[in-house]
Amino acid sequence: MNILEAQQISKRYAKHEALQEVSLQIPQQSIFGLLGPNGAGKTTLIRIINQIINADSGQILIKGEKLRPSHIADIGYLPEERGLYPKMKVGEHLLYLAQLKGLKSREAVHKINEWFDRLEISGWSEKKIEDLSKGMQQKIQFIATVVHEPDLIILDEPFSGFDPINANLIKDEILKLREKGKTIIFSTHRMESVEEMCSHVALINKSRKILDGTKAEIKNRYRSNTFQVVHSGKLNGLNLMYELLEEKILENHDISSTIRVSEGKRPNDLLAELIQHVEVHAFQEKIPSINEIFIKEVQGN
Amino acid sequence: MSKISLIIKREYLTRVRKKSFIVMTLLGPLLFAAILIVPVWLTSMDSSETKIISVIDESGLLADSFMQESAGDENIIYTYVKEPVEYAKQRVNEGYQFGLLYIPDFQPENPEGITFFSESSPSLSLVNSMEKTLQSRIRDIKLVRSNISRETLSELETNVDIQTISLTETGEQQGSAGVASVVGYVGAFLIYTFIFLYGAQVMRGVMEEKSNRIVEVVISSVRPFQLMMGKIVGVASVGLTQFLLWIALTFGLATLFMQGFSPEELMQQRTQQISQGLPEAESAQAEMALNVQEALASVDVTGFILTFIFYFLGGYLLYGALFAAVGSASDSNTDTQQFMLPISAPLILSIVTLGAVLNEPNGTLAFWLSMIPFTSPVTMMMRVPFGIPGWELLLSMLLLIGGFVFTTWVAGRIYRVGILMHGTKVNYKVIGKWLFSNS
Repeated sequence: MNILEAQQISKRYAKHEALQEVSLQIPQQSIFGLLGPNGAGKTTLIRIINQIINADSGQILIKGEKLRPSHIADIGYLPEERGLYPKMKVGEHLLYLAQLKGLKSREAVHKINEWFDRLEISGWSEKKIEDLSKGMQQKIQFIATVVHEPDLIILDEPFSGFDPINANLIKDEILKLREKGKTIIFSTHRMESVEEMCSHVALINKSRKILDGTKAEIKNRYRSNTFQVVHSGKLNGLNLMYELLEEKILENHDISSTIRVSEGKRPNDLLAELIQHVEVHAFQEKIPSINEIFIKEVQGN
Repeated sequence: MSKISLIIKREYLTRVRKKSFIVMTLLGPLLFAAILIVPVWLTSMDSSETKIISVIDESGLLADSFMQESAGDENIIYTYVKEPVEYAKQRVNEGYQFGLLYIPDFQPENPEGITFFSESSPSLSLVNSMEKTLQSRIRDIKLVRSNISRETLSELETNVDIQTISLTETGEQQGSAGVASVVGYVGAFLIYTFIFLYGAQVMRGVMEEKSNRIVEVVISSVRPFQLMMGKIVGVASVGLTQFLLWIALTFGLATLFMQGFSPEELMQQRTQQISQGLPEAESAQAEMALNVQEALASVDVTGFILTFIFYFLGGYLLYGALFAAVGSASDSNTDTQQFMLPISAPLILSIVTLGAVLNEPNGTLAFWLSMIPFTSPVTMMMRVPFGIPGWELLLSMLLLIGGFVFTTWVAGRIYRVGILMHGTKVNYKVIGKWLFSNS
């Protein structure tokens, strides 16, 4: 089941198109990477989902229902441009934001304390926001995003400002939330996190969606029948039925070659051919990274 | 608890808990008292030094009139000397005395050549008092010449005091133009100050939320309009709290002060004075003090305070929304300036025209200024103590309500776009576009 469905969303600002007929299906319990270069329209789409702005046309469905104000409680949003009231205390600030999401005071206090324990910041309740470091403030913002246990969590660059240890802490929490059945929309420029965490990916460029699907399926689509082989003995100069793209001599005098085979050939066919000429130490299909796909698609357009 | 009341609560509590609020609330009434007392106190400080003035009377007409004068004022001592002017002048120069009053031989019909020498120039009140003494002495001399006694003259003098009574629907109302204008001025200035003070707080609050980027987090939970209204109402409650505390504290202080100065005592004092046959002038003074008190009592204090609160809230809501819109369209303080002028202009106009309104509280200018919602809060405060027809008050209040509904609507449309805009150069054309855009 799709927790969120965007149908033909368009949005125009005074001088430019922000989104043109963008449609997305985001399945429940997925970690959905929303990718795209700066200014592509990601933030506009996220704001429309959060009912901060309205779309000019098209509609959003949450769990099959048309988006309406009560859905605010079902969504947790961590904007890229985020801040807190510097003069407020951590505890009362979180309570305020949780109550704005519709939690009752007692329930909110209970859940906030749970999160304090989980993120190892118990006893921060009475600290003032302005006394916290940026990374610490990010933790508070993360709690504010998820404290009301929304089914859909939208995170815009969630790791910016975190040191690697805290980034891992947050990453683990995101994965735990997913295990509990929550869905996460994840907008970031850090491709290694996408590679590591996302199950689904959509790419938006110049206000249009140019690519979407599961990560595996997309990678499959961009396979180019290219293999990386480490071997001893020269391939160069041999008359092979495969295209040799690149050859690199490694430190131990082994050679690393990039080889493309024609459509319809199996890896074993290549291996069988190679074994006749050289000694093979390593053999691996080259699968494109999300980063490569991103660059290829965005620059190609 | 509904979301807007959560926002109001936060805005209210964070402001009321601030030290500056507590300090201002406690110091406010003291400050008001100080503004009234300090100038009086300073003047009395100023003349506490005893000044010696020598008088050379070559005419011999003045007898001891200046000696009587110095009996009334302990700070100035007059001494008659008989010595050459040059010698006396030198002593003034050397600083032994404050001054020298030289009266040459003159004819009462034509007093010329009377001169006052001093090292530092004398105060206006000193010169006035010397002139008065001379004038009354010369008048006495002339009276004697015309065979009129002083007693006959004081019998001719009558003190007239006009009572003003305005006819209102509720009946005859005794009033005093003087007291009414003071009450009006105070009310008008308070409203003016409150609107600017708390309007600026709304603007700063909005800009703070915008620049530290909390706003996007909050408006993913509430509508921008709710956030704006919550802030405006929250700040208004702070202002109202402060105002009511000021009134309570001022009344408290005033009661303490008045305990030694009640009307009953004044009345008693007056009857005593009359029975003791004290000079007419002093009892007249007491009567005047009593009149002011009666007039103060005649102003409908509760009604005035209620009207004040209505116009304070109405005016504040009207301008507060505009201030919020300005805050949302600006990234920094310098950005706000281009938008502040058109907002401040009507407020300043209403203050500038107060004098004209006071001259004719029911004139055409006063009428229109108290109908236009942008000027009515200040102008009405000036008019209300003089008594105005009920329908005018009602119409003005309705227009004010309409006015703030309108400005709130306009501000809401600017606000919802403005708070998410960063680094855009905003001018009136851009704001116009926001106003008519679909969010």
